[in-house]
Amino acid sequence: MIRAFLTRSGLVFLLAATALFCLGPVLWQLVTSLKPEPELTRLPPILPVHPTLTHYAAIFSGHPFFRIILNSFIVAATTTGLSLGIGSLAAFALARLGFGGKRILLGVALAISMFPPISIVSPLYLVIRALGLRDTWWALVVTHTTFALPLTLWILTSFFREVPGELYRAAQLDGCTPLGAFRRVLLPLATPGLAAAAILVFIFSWNEFLFALTFTTTEASRTVPVGIALFPGLHEVPYGELAAASLVVTVPIILLVLFFQRRIVEGLTAGAVKG
Amino acid sequence: MRSERHLGAVLVAPAILVLVGVALLPILLAAGLSLERRLPIFDIAEFVGLANYRFLAFDPRFWVSLRNTVYFTIVSVSLELLLGLAIALLLQRSFRGRGWMRVVVLLPWAIPTVVSARMWEWLYNAEFGLLNYVAALAGLTTQPVNWLGDPFWALHAAIVMDVWKTMPFAAILLLAGLQTIPRDLYQAARVDGANPWQIFRSVTLPLLKPMILVVLLFRTLDAFRVFDAVYVLTGGGPANSTETLSIYTYKVLFQTLQFGYGSALAVVTFAAVALISLLYLKLMGGAYWRRLLG
Repeated sequence: MIRAFLTRSGLVFLLAATALFCLGPVLWQLVTSLKPEPELTRLPPILPVHPTLTHYAAIFSGHPFFRIILNSFIVAATTTGLSLGIGSLAAFALARLGFGGKRILLGVALAISMFPPISIVSPLYLVIRALGLRDTWWALVVTHTTFALPLTLWILTSFFREVPGELYRAAQLDGCTPLGAFRRVLLPLATPGLAAAAILVFIFSWNEFLFALTFTTTEASRTVPVGIALFPGLHEVPYGELAAASLVVTVPIILLVLFFQRRIVEGLTAGAVKG
Repeated sequence: MRSERHLGAVLVAPAILVLVGVALLPILLAAGLSLERRLPIFDIAEFVGLANYRFLAFDPRFWVSLRNTVYFTIVSVSLELLLGLAIALLLQRSFRGRGWMRVVVLLPWAIPTVVSARMWEWLYNAEFGLLNYVAALAGLTTQPVNWLGDPFWALHAAIVMDVWKTMPFAAILLLAGLQTIPRDLYQAARVDGANPWQIFRSVTLPLLKPMILVVLLFRTLDAFRVFDAVYVLTGGGPANSTETLSIYTYKVLFQTLQFGYGSALAVVTFAAVALISLLYLKLMGGAYWRRLLG
């Protein structure tokens, strides 16, 4: 009895410690965002005495915050669409069609997922500038898609391989072309894989910083991470507003994790484990 | 069969076009740029051969950034692995609210790195930060520590933040690995009278090894090319004490606008990453990769 109680309370303690470690910084940001200016520079009290929403009001009135969030949504959504479009066609071919060089392609994709982005940023900058694409969504969509593609290929290929071969062949016997069988059989059966890839690509693009910092110059194309990194504050950082802004841009990501936790875990493990 | 080959080629063409055009070709272009003295704003571009690499070999700032990067990588990846393993073992137990706990653990991984950097920057704040307050309450410090203003603490502050941010990735993969270990093995070991530590040493650890290597591979490469986390937290300071290879390269490229020398740094970073990948490739053995590539 006593031993069971001890191991049980030990488990509860460890779980609580883990939760505190993971959530602590986020909760502190929430507390900060609700504190009026004078309370920000005072500790104790830890919790706001006169909680206020002024910081939230300020970020939406003073800064081009809406525009930056909109940019991020458009870039991340377009990147997700393109990666899945290009990726699912290629993954279908890799999983089901007979042709040479498959391993080379998957190997190259894997190698590219290991590329340090910094190592190609200089030529990309020159090309993007020469094409007049600086400070446009496209500069980000193209680079994000490239770096999201290897992950997409890996996840989708592994999911397409899991669909039983008989189903695919049966569809072909019923008169489907390979592409028809892909659309009617493989795609619907691999929906979990598509969802996993879509969520991971969206999160990757929403969070990407190096290319976004390099290729954007104004709020016409600036995305969330750049907006947060360069958060206005010439002399003093407005910590209350910064906290409010960080939380607002994190909400979409928190929602994705809440609703699609299982898919995210599947996606993360698919490439590395199932093969 | 021929039409299938044809179709296959058509379907993979867009993917190949993107991967070659936006990733492989640029790395060759970067290698080309690294042989030039190139200042885009003044339209200067002249071939200088290996001069940039000769300069690099004697550039103390490059060696400092390399040392910072290696230290950051080794310490943070080790801590992430240990912590990730501990949390994976914890999450493997059955308890009420396991789903919620997984969401909680995933959260730091999903939050934009830039946002986490600014969260931690505020926690580390010397005057008003929570960390100094708690440390003083616990009697650990007698006066406020300037975490981000001190070369020693700044690098370790960045490491702690990185561990917080990426430990979930390790935990999730290791948990998946743990779940593939057959239950009967544990049972058999228990019947043989093994204690929990022995079971961990002789059942869990050996069977988890492939997954540990996967985690180490991905995390090592990620940590070695770290940019946004540290760039936003400290900007590479104080006194370049947290300047990593990626940050130094970025500054040379876009703050001093030396595209030739910056590209040489970029190529060296690329070569280092390639070397690390090859090492892991060897370590993990051919079987894993053959299974992966199908």
